[in-house]
Amino acid sequence: MTDKVLNGILIDERIELTLHDLEHACACSTEWVLELVDEGVLEARGDDPRSLRFGGASLARALRATRLKRDLGLNLPGIALAIEMLDEIEALRVQLRRIEASDLDQ
Amino acid sequence: MEFKDYYKIMGVPRDASQDDIKKAYRRLARKYHPDVSKEANAEARFKEIGEAYAVLRDPEKRASYDQLGTNWQAGQEFRPPPDWDAGFEFSGAPFTDAGASAYSDFFESLFGGGFGGGTRSRRHAGFRARGEDHHAKVVVDIEDAYRGAARTITLQSPQVDDAGHVSVKRRNLKVSIPKGVKQGQRIRLAGQGSPGIGDGPAGDLYLEIALDTHELYTVVDRDVYLEVPLTPWESALGAKIKVPTPAGPVDLAVPKGTANGGKLRLKGRGIPGTPPGDLYVVAKLTLPPADNEAARALYRRMEKELAYNPRRKLGV
Repeated sequence: MTDKVLNGILIDERIELTLHDLEHACACSTEWVLELVDEGVLEARGDDPRSLRFGGASLARALRATRLKRDLGLNLPGIALAIEMLDEIEALRVQLRRIEASDLDQ
Repeated sequence: MEFKDYYKIMGVPRDASQDDIKKAYRRLARKYHPDVSKEANAEARFKEIGEAYAVLRDPEKRASYDQLGTNWQAGQEFRPPPDWDAGFEFSGAPFTDAGASAYSDFFESLFGGGFGGGTRSRRHAGFRARGEDHHAKVVVDIEDAYRGAARTITLQSPQVDDAGHVSVKRRNLKVSIPKGVKQGQRIRLAGQGSPGIGDGPAGDLYLEIALDTHELYTVVDRDVYLEVPLTPWESALGAKIKVPTPAGPVDLAVPKGTANGGKLRLKGRGIPGTPPGDLYVVAKLTLPPADNEAARALYRRMEKELAYNPRRKLGV
Protein backbone atom coordinates (compact mmCIF):
# COMPACT_ATOMS: atom_id res chain seq x y z
CA MET A 1 0.00 0.00 0.00
CA THR A 2 1.17 3.50 -0.75
CA ASP A 3 0.52 6.56 1.35
CA LYS A 4 -0.70 8.52 -1.63
CA VAL A 5 -4.16 9.94 -1.03
CA LEU A 6 -6.43 9.47 -4.03
CA ASN A 7 -8.59 12.40 -4.98
CA GLY A 8 -11.87 11.47 -6.55
CA ILE A 9 -14.64 13.47 -8.14
CA LEU A 10 -17.77 13.94 -6.06
CA ILE A 11 -20.74 13.03 -8.23
CA ASP A 12 -23.16 15.81 -7.31
CA GLU A 13 -25.55 17.91 -9.36
CA ARG A 14 -22.76 20.05 -10.74
CA ILE A 15 -21.25 17.03 -12.46
CA GLU A 16 -22.19 16.11 -16.00
CA LEU A 17 -22.05 12.45 -16.96
CA THR A 18 -21.95 11.05 -20.48
CA LEU A 19 -23.79 8.08 -21.92
CA HIS A 20 -20.47 6.26 -21.86
CA ASP A 21 -20.01 6.98 -18.11
CA LEU A 22 -23.41 5.52 -17.29
CA GLU A 23 -23.13 2.40 -19.41
CA HIS A 24 -19.73 1.68 -17.91
CA ALA A 25 -20.81 2.27 -14.33
CA CYS A 26 -23.86 0.02 -14.78
CA ALA A 27 -22.03 -2.52 -16.98
CA CYS A 28 -24.94 -2.26 -19.40
CA SER A 29 -25.50 -1.47 -23.07
CA THR A 30 -25.92 1.93 -24.69
CA GLU A 31 -29.40 0.82 -25.78
CA TRP A 32 -30.42 0.15 -22.18
CA VAL A 33 -29.44 3.65 -21.05
CA LEU A 34 -31.27 5.15 -24.05
CA GLU A 35 -34.37 3.10 -23.19
CA LEU A 36 -34.24 4.51 -19.64
CA VAL A 37 -34.13 8.01 -21.14
CA ASP A 38 -37.09 7.23 -23.45
CA GLU A 39 -39.10 5.87 -20.53
CA GLY A 40 -38.39 9.02 -18.52
CA VAL A 41 -36.41 7.21 -15.81
CA LEU A 42 -33.35 9.31 -16.67
CA GLU A 43 -33.30 12.91 -17.77
CA ALA A 44 -30.76 13.95 -20.34
CA ARG A 45 -29.79 17.13 -22.12
CA GLY A 46 -28.85 17.05 -25.81
CA ASP A 47 -30.26 15.29 -28.87
CA ASP A 48 -27.58 13.19 -30.46
CA PRO A 49 -26.70 10.17 -28.21
CA ARG A 50 -23.01 11.08 -28.30
CA SER A 51 -23.67 14.54 -26.91
CA LEU A 52 -26.19 13.49 -24.22
CA ARG A 53 -25.37 14.84 -20.77
CA PHE A 54 -26.79 13.55 -17.49
CA GLY A 55 -26.92 15.13 -14.03
CA GLY A 56 -25.09 13.46 -11.14
CA ALA A 57 -28.30 11.98 -9.70
CA SER A 58 -28.72 9.91 -12.87
CA LEU A 59 -25.92 7.60 -11.78
CA ALA A 60 -27.79 6.27 -8.73
CA ARG A 61 -31.02 5.99 -10.74
CA ALA A 62 -29.38 4.12 -13.60
CA LEU A 63 -27.69 1.72 -11.16
CA ARG A 64 -30.97 1.12 -9.36
CA ALA A 65 -32.88 0.56 -12.62
CA THR A 66 -30.25 -1.92 -13.78
CA ARG A 67 -30.45 -3.85 -10.50
CA LEU A 68 -34.25 -3.94 -10.61
CA LYS A 69 -34.12 -5.40 -14.10
CA ARG A 70 -31.40 -7.91 -13.29
CA ASP A 71 -32.60 -9.07 -9.87
CA LEU A 72 -36.37 -8.74 -10.04
CA GLY A 73 -36.92 -9.22 -13.78
CA LEU A 74 -38.97 -6.00 -14.00
CA ASN A 75 -39.73 -4.59 -17.43
CA LEU A 76 -39.19 -0.96 -18.33
CA PRO A 77 -42.61 0.45 -17.33
CA GLY A 78 -42.39 -1.59 -14.10
CA ILE A 79 -38.96 -0.13 -13.37
CA ALA A 80 -40.19 3.40 -14.05
CA LEU A 81 -43.15 2.88 -11.70
CA ALA A 82 -41.02 1.24 -8.99
CA ILE A 83 -38.48 4.06 -9.09
CA GLU A 84 -41.17 6.74 -8.87
CA MET A 85 -42.68 5.00 -5.86
CA LEU A 86 -39.28 4.47 -4.24
CA ASP A 87 -38.57 8.19 -4.72
CA GLU A 88 -41.85 9.01 -3.06
CA ILE A 89 -41.16 6.65 -0.15
CA GLU A 90 -37.74 8.23 0.27
CA ALA A 91 -39.28 11.74 0.31
CA LEU A 92 -41.77 10.60 2.96
CA ARG A 93 -39.00 9.02 5.02
CA VAL A 94 -37.05 12.30 4.91
CA GLN A 95 -40.13 14.12 6.20
CA LEU A 96 -40.64 11.50 8.88
CA ARG A 97 -36.99 11.77 9.96
CA ARG A 98 -37.38 15.56 10.20
CA ILE A 99 -40.41 15.18 12.43
CA GLU A 100 -38.68 12.58 14.58
CA ALA A 101 -35.50 14.65 14.81
CA SER A 102 -37.52 17.71 15.91
CA ASP A 103 -39.38 15.68 18.50
CA LEU A 104 -37.84 15.37 21.92
CA ASP A 105 -36.77 11.94 23.07
CA GLN A 106 -38.74 10.84 26.05
CA MET B 1 -16.95 -24.03 6.26
CA GLU B 2 -20.65 -24.51 6.81
CA PHE B 3 -22.96 -26.50 4.62
CA LYS B 4 -25.69 -24.39 3.02
CA ASP B 5 -29.12 -25.81 2.39
CA TYR B 6 -30.10 -23.94 -0.76
CA TYR B 7 -33.58 -25.51 -0.85
CA LYS B 8 -34.29 -24.33 2.69
CA ILE B 9 -33.00 -20.84 1.88
CA MET B 10 -35.36 -20.68 -1.09
CA GLY B 11 -38.20 -22.30 0.87
CA VAL B 12 -38.85 -24.95 -1.79
CA PRO B 13 -38.91 -28.77 -1.63
CA ARG B 14 -36.02 -30.71 -3.17
CA ASP B 15 -38.24 -31.84 -6.04
CA ALA B 16 -39.41 -28.30 -6.89
CA SER B 17 -39.71 -27.57 -10.62
CA GLN B 18 -37.44 -24.97 -12.24
CA ASP B 19 -40.55 -22.84 -12.54
CA ASP B 20 -41.31 -23.07 -8.82
CA ILE B 21 -37.73 -22.15 -8.03
CA LYS B 22 -37.96 -19.10 -10.25
CA LYS B 23 -41.22 -18.05 -8.61
CA ALA B 24 -39.77 -18.52 -5.13
CA TYR B 25 -36.74 -16.46 -6.11
CA ARG B 26 -38.85 -13.60 -7.46
CA ARG B 27 -40.98 -13.53 -4.33
CA LEU B 28 -37.97 -13.53 -2.00
CA ALA B 29 -36.11 -11.02 -4.17
CA ARG B 30 -39.02 -8.57 -3.99
CA LYS B 31 -39.02 -8.97 -0.22
CA TYR B 32 -35.29 -8.65 0.38
CA HIS B 33 -33.91 -6.66 -2.55
CA PRO B 34 -31.83 -3.89 -0.96
CA ASP B 35 -33.38 -1.31 -3.31
CA VAL B 36 -36.92 -1.99 -2.15
CA SER B 37 -36.60 -3.65 1.26
CA LYS B 38 -36.21 -2.04 4.64
CA GLU B 39 -35.70 -5.35 6.46
CA ALA B 40 -32.68 -4.93 8.72
CA ASN B 41 -30.77 -7.85 7.22
CA ALA B 42 -31.98 -7.34 3.64
CA GLU B 43 -28.54 -7.15 2.06
CA ALA B 44 -27.24 -10.34 3.68
CA ARG B 45 -30.47 -12.23 2.99
CA PHE B 46 -30.53 -11.09 -0.61
CA LYS B 47 -26.98 -12.31 -1.14
CA GLU B 48 -27.87 -15.68 0.32
CA ILE B 49 -30.96 -15.95 -1.87
CA GLY B 50 -28.96 -14.91 -4.95
CA GLU B 51 -26.40 -17.61 -4.22
CA ALA B 52 -29.06 -20.29 -3.73
CA TYR B 53 -30.75 -19.23 -6.95
CA ALA B 54 -27.46 -19.19 -8.88
CA VAL B 55 -27.14 -22.90 -8.05
CA LEU B 56 -30.74 -24.08 -8.27
CA ARG B 57 -31.66 -22.20 -11.46
CA ASP B 58 -28.86 -23.89 -13.37
CA PRO B 59 -29.74 -27.55 -14.03
CA GLU B 60 -26.05 -28.52 -14.14
CA LYS B 61 -25.18 -26.92 -10.82
CA ARG B 62 -28.40 -28.12 -9.24
CA ALA B 63 -27.69 -31.71 -10.27
CA SER B 64 -24.19 -31.62 -8.83
CA TYR B 65 -25.42 -29.95 -5.64
CA ASP B 66 -28.13 -32.64 -5.30
CA GLN B 67 -25.41 -35.23 -5.65
CA LEU B 68 -24.03 -34.18 -2.24
CA GLY B 69 -27.03 -36.02 -0.83
CA THR B 70 -29.73 -35.19 1.66
CA ASN B 71 -27.84 -36.00 4.85
CA TRP B 72 -26.31 -32.55 5.24
CA GLN B 73 -27.80 -30.08 7.65
CA ALA B 74 -27.60 -26.32 7.23
CA GLY B 75 -24.67 -24.97 9.26
CA GLN B 76 -22.96 -28.37 9.51
CA GLU B 77 -19.19 -28.36 9.03
CA PHE B 78 -18.64 -29.20 5.38
CA ARG B 79 -15.74 -30.44 3.23
CA PRO B 80 -16.49 -31.28 -0.38
CA PRO B 81 -15.93 -34.99 -1.07
CA PRO B 82 -12.90 -35.65 -3.30
CA ASP B 83 -13.76 -35.55 -7.00
CA TRP B 84 -17.32 -34.77 -6.07
CA ASP B 85 -17.95 -33.19 -9.44
CA ALA B 86 -16.31 -35.88 -11.55
CA GLY B 87 -18.42 -36.84 -14.50
CA PHE B 88 -20.26 -33.54 -14.71
CA GLU B 89 -19.83 -31.30 -17.64
CA PHE B 90 -20.25 -27.59 -17.18
CA SER B 91 -20.88 -24.95 -19.74
CA GLY B 92 -18.59 -22.06 -19.08
CA ALA B 93 -20.90 -19.09 -19.30
CA PRO B 94 -20.76 -16.86 -16.22
CA PHE B 95 -23.89 -17.50 -14.19
CA THR B 96 -24.29 -14.11 -12.65
CA ASP B 97 -23.32 -10.50 -13.03
CA ALA B 98 -22.16 -10.35 -9.46
CA GLY B 99 -18.48 -10.83 -8.67
CA ALA B 100 -17.46 -14.21 -7.32
CA SER B 101 -16.70 -12.72 -3.90
CA ALA B 102 -20.43 -12.14 -3.47
CA TYR B 103 -20.75 -15.84 -2.70
CA SER B 104 -19.94 -17.89 0.38
CA ASP B 105 -16.89 -20.11 0.88
CA PHE B 106 -19.26 -23.04 0.60
CA PHE B 107 -20.27 -21.93 -2.88
CA GLU B 108 -16.67 -21.21 -3.86
CA SER B 109 -15.53 -24.66 -2.75
CA LEU B 110 -18.13 -26.27 -5.01
CA PHE B 111 -18.37 -23.94 -7.96
CA GLY B 112 -15.50 -21.50 -7.66
CA GLY B 113 -12.93 -23.39 -9.73
CA GLY B 114 -13.87 -25.11 -12.94
CA PHE B 115 -17.31 -23.54 -13.10
CA GLY B 116 -16.81 -20.92 -15.70
CA GLY B 117 -13.78 -19.45 -13.97
CA GLY B 118 -11.14 -18.57 -16.52
CA THR B 119 -13.66 -17.88 -19.22
CA ARG B 120 -13.07 -14.24 -18.63
CA SER B 121 -9.46 -14.34 -19.73
CA ARG B 122 -10.26 -16.69 -22.57
CA ARG B 123 -13.10 -14.60 -23.86
CA HIS B 124 -10.90 -11.57 -24.14
CA ALA B 125 -7.94 -13.13 -25.90
CA GLY B 126 -6.55 -10.74 -28.50
CA PHE B 127 -9.02 -8.13 -27.42
CA ARG B 128 -8.73 -4.60 -26.15
CA ALA B 129 -11.27 -3.17 -23.76
CA ARG B 130 -11.64 -0.84 -20.84
CA GLY B 131 -11.67 -2.61 -17.46
CA GLU B 132 -14.92 -2.91 -15.54
CA ASP B 133 -16.07 -0.20 -13.17
CA HIS B 134 -16.26 -1.25 -9.53
CA HIS B 135 -18.60 -0.13 -6.75
CA ALA B 136 -18.01 -0.04 -3.02
CA LYS B 137 -19.37 1.66 0.07
CA VAL B 138 -17.46 3.82 2.52
CA VAL B 139 -18.74 4.81 5.96
CA VAL B 140 -18.02 8.42 6.86
CA ASP B 141 -18.49 10.33 10.15
CA ILE B 142 -20.54 13.51 10.27
CA GLU B 143 -17.38 15.38 11.26
CA ASP B 144 -15.70 14.14 8.06
CA ALA B 145 -18.62 15.42 6.00
CA TYR B 146 -18.07 18.87 7.57
CA ARG B 147 -14.32 19.07 7.22
CA GLY B 148 -13.34 16.54 4.62
CA ALA B 149 -11.01 13.70 5.56
CA ALA B 150 -8.61 11.07 4.30
CA ARG B 151 -9.94 7.55 4.73
CA THR B 152 -8.19 4.25 4.29
CA ILE B 153 -10.52 1.65 2.86
CA THR B 154 -9.97 -2.03 2.27
CA LEU B 155 -11.46 -3.48 -0.88
CA GLN B 156 -11.86 -7.12 -1.73
CA SER B 157 -12.14 -8.26 -5.29
CA PRO B 158 -12.19 -11.70 -6.85
CA GLN B 159 -9.24 -12.59 -9.05
CA VAL B 160 -9.26 -15.42 -11.57
CA ASP B 161 -5.86 -16.90 -12.33
CA ASP B 162 -4.87 -18.65 -15.56
CA ALA B 163 -5.90 -22.03 -14.17
CA GLY B 164 -9.34 -20.67 -13.49
CA HIS B 165 -9.01 -20.54 -9.69
CA VAL B 166 -10.82 -17.77 -7.92
CA SER B 167 -9.22 -16.06 -4.97
CA VAL B 168 -10.04 -12.89 -3.09
CA LYS B 169 -7.50 -10.13 -3.32
CA ARG B 170 -7.42 -7.35 -0.77
CA ARG B 171 -6.05 -3.92 -1.35
CA ASN B 172 -5.95 -0.74 0.70
CA LEU B 173 -6.65 2.66 -0.75
CA LYS B 174 -6.26 6.02 0.93
CA VAL B 175 -9.04 8.20 -0.36
CA SER B 176 -9.77 11.84 0.20
CA ILE B 177 -13.38 12.43 1.28
CA PRO B 178 -14.30 15.90 0.09
CA LYS B 179 -16.01 18.33 2.44
CA GLY B 180 -19.79 18.45 2.07
CA VAL B 181 -20.57 14.83 1.12
CA LYS B 182 -24.16 13.68 1.54
CA GLN B 183 -25.60 10.27 2.34
CA GLY B 184 -25.79 8.17 -0.86
CA GLN B 185 -23.52 10.38 -2.96
CA ARG B 186 -20.75 8.75 -4.90
CA ILE B 187 -17.10 9.57 -5.39
CA ARG B 188 -15.54 8.49 -8.64
CA LEU B 189 -11.91 7.37 -8.59
CA ALA B 190 -10.68 7.24 -12.14
CA GLY B 191 -8.64 4.18 -13.08
CA GLN B 192 -9.17 2.32 -9.75
CA GLY B 193 -11.55 -0.32 -11.16
CA SER B 194 -10.54 -3.49 -12.99
CA PRO B 195 -7.38 -3.31 -15.07
CA GLY B 196 -7.94 -2.85 -18.78
CA ILE B 197 -7.78 -5.78 -21.16
CA GLY B 198 -5.04 -5.69 -23.72
CA ASP B 199 -3.83 -2.11 -23.62
CA GLY B 200 -7.30 -0.79 -22.75
CA PRO B 201 -7.63 1.69 -19.88
CA ALA B 202 -8.58 0.58 -16.36
CA GLY B 203 -12.16 0.99 -15.15
CA ASP B 204 -13.23 3.43 -12.46
CA LEU B 205 -14.13 2.85 -8.83
CA TYR B 206 -17.31 4.42 -7.44
CA LEU B 207 -17.46 4.85 -3.68
CA GLU B 208 -20.90 5.33 -2.19
CA ILE B 209 -21.00 7.48 0.93
CA ALA B 210 -22.83 6.12 3.95
CA LEU B 211 -23.00 8.60 6.84
CA ASP B 212 -22.46 6.91 10.18
CA THR B 213 -25.05 7.53 12.88
CA HIS B 214 -23.98 9.88 15.66
CA GLU B 215 -25.01 9.94 19.30
CA LEU B 216 -25.63 13.70 19.29
CA TYR B 217 -26.58 14.64 15.75
CA THR B 218 -29.29 13.47 13.39
CA VAL B 219 -28.71 14.27 9.73
CA VAL B 220 -31.61 14.80 7.34
CA ASP B 221 -30.43 15.66 3.84
CA ARG B 222 -27.91 18.46 4.59
CA ASP B 223 -29.64 19.62 7.77
CA VAL B 224 -28.40 18.55 11.18
CA TYR B 225 -30.55 18.30 14.33
CA LEU B 226 -29.24 18.48 17.87
CA GLU B 227 -31.18 18.23 21.11
CA VAL B 228 -29.94 20.74 23.73
CA PRO B 229 -31.09 20.66 27.38
CA LEU B 230 -32.04 24.04 28.89
CA THR B 231 -32.71 25.13 32.47
CA PRO B 232 -36.06 26.78 33.28
CA TRP B 233 -34.35 30.16 33.80
CA GLU B 234 -32.48 29.94 30.45
CA SER B 235 -35.74 29.11 28.75
CA ALA B 236 -37.74 31.82 30.56
CA LEU B 237 -35.20 34.65 30.62
CA GLY B 238 -33.10 33.87 27.58
CA ALA B 239 -29.38 33.07 27.75
CA LYS B 240 -26.16 32.82 25.87
CA ILE B 241 -25.04 29.19 25.87
CA LYS B 242 -22.39 27.09 24.16
CA VAL B 243 -23.60 24.29 21.90
CA PRO B 244 -21.49 21.68 20.10
CA THR B 245 -21.61 21.44 16.31
CA PRO B 246 -19.73 18.95 14.12
CA ALA B 247 -17.46 21.89 13.17
CA GLY B 248 -16.74 22.78 16.81
CA PRO B 249 -18.63 24.62 19.59
CA VAL B 250 -20.53 27.83 18.85
CA ASP B 251 -22.25 30.47 21.01
CA LEU B 252 -26.02 30.41 20.78
CA ALA B 253 -28.37 33.15 21.96
CA VAL B 254 -31.45 31.45 23.43
CA PRO B 255 -34.33 33.94 23.15
CA LYS B 256 -36.42 34.47 26.27
CA GLY B 257 -39.55 32.37 26.35
CA THR B 258 -38.04 29.46 24.38
CA ALA B 259 -40.53 26.62 24.82
CA ASN B 260 -39.81 22.95 25.39
CA GLY B 261 -39.37 21.40 21.93
CA GLY B 262 -38.78 24.83 20.35
CA LYS B 263 -36.40 24.85 17.40
CA LEU B 264 -33.60 27.37 16.94
CA ARG B 265 -32.12 27.47 13.47
CA LEU B 266 -28.44 28.15 12.89
CA LYS B 267 -28.52 29.03 9.23
CA GLY B 268 -25.78 27.50 7.11
CA ARG B 269 -24.29 25.49 10.01
CA GLY B 270 -25.44 22.15 8.59
CA ILE B 271 -23.39 20.06 6.19
CA PRO B 272 -21.44 22.38 3.86
CA GLY B 273 -22.53 22.70 0.24
CA THR B 274 -24.13 25.11 -2.17
CA PRO B 275 -26.37 25.89 -0.45
CA PRO B 276 -25.18 24.50 2.91
CA GLY B 277 -27.65 22.84 5.25
CA ASP B 278 -28.89 24.36 8.51
CA LEU B 279 -28.31 23.24 12.07
CA TYR B 280 -31.43 22.98 14.22
CA VAL B 281 -31.12 23.13 17.98
CA VAL B 282 -34.13 21.49 19.60
CA ALA B 283 -34.66 22.90 23.11
CA LYS B 284 -35.31 20.38 25.84
CA LEU B 285 -36.36 21.83 29.20
CA THR B 286 -34.98 20.06 32.23
CA LEU B 287 -35.89 20.66 35.85
CA PRO B 288 -33.25 20.94 38.55
CA PRO B 289 -33.72 18.07 41.01
CA ALA B 290 -35.22 18.95 44.40
CA ASP B 291 -32.79 16.72 46.22
CA ASN B 292 -31.66 19.03 49.01
CA GLU B 293 -33.30 21.45 51.41
CA ALA B 294 -32.15 24.60 49.62
CA ALA B 295 -33.62 23.37 46.30
CA ARG B 296 -36.89 22.36 47.95
CA ALA B 297 -37.11 25.79 49.60
CA LEU B 298 -36.70 27.48 46.19
CA TYR B 299 -39.45 25.35 44.64
CA ARG B 300 -41.74 26.16 47.60
CA ARG B 301 -41.01 29.85 47.12
CA MET B 302 -41.93 29.63 43.42
CA GLU B 303 -45.12 27.82 44.35
CA LYS B 304 -46.05 30.61 46.73
CA GLU B 305 -44.94 33.61 44.72
CA LEU B 306 -45.65 32.63 41.09
CA ALA B 307 -49.32 31.62 41.46
CA TYR B 308 -48.90 29.50 38.36
CA ASN B 309 -51.63 27.00 37.42
CA PRO B 310 -50.83 25.14 34.18
CA ARG B 311 -54.20 23.33 34.36
CA ARG B 312 -56.41 26.37 34.41
CA LYS B 313 -57.69 25.65 30.89
CA LEU B 314 -58.78 22.18 31.91
CA GLY B 315 -61.43 23.76 34.15
CA VAL B 316 -60.47 21.93 37.30
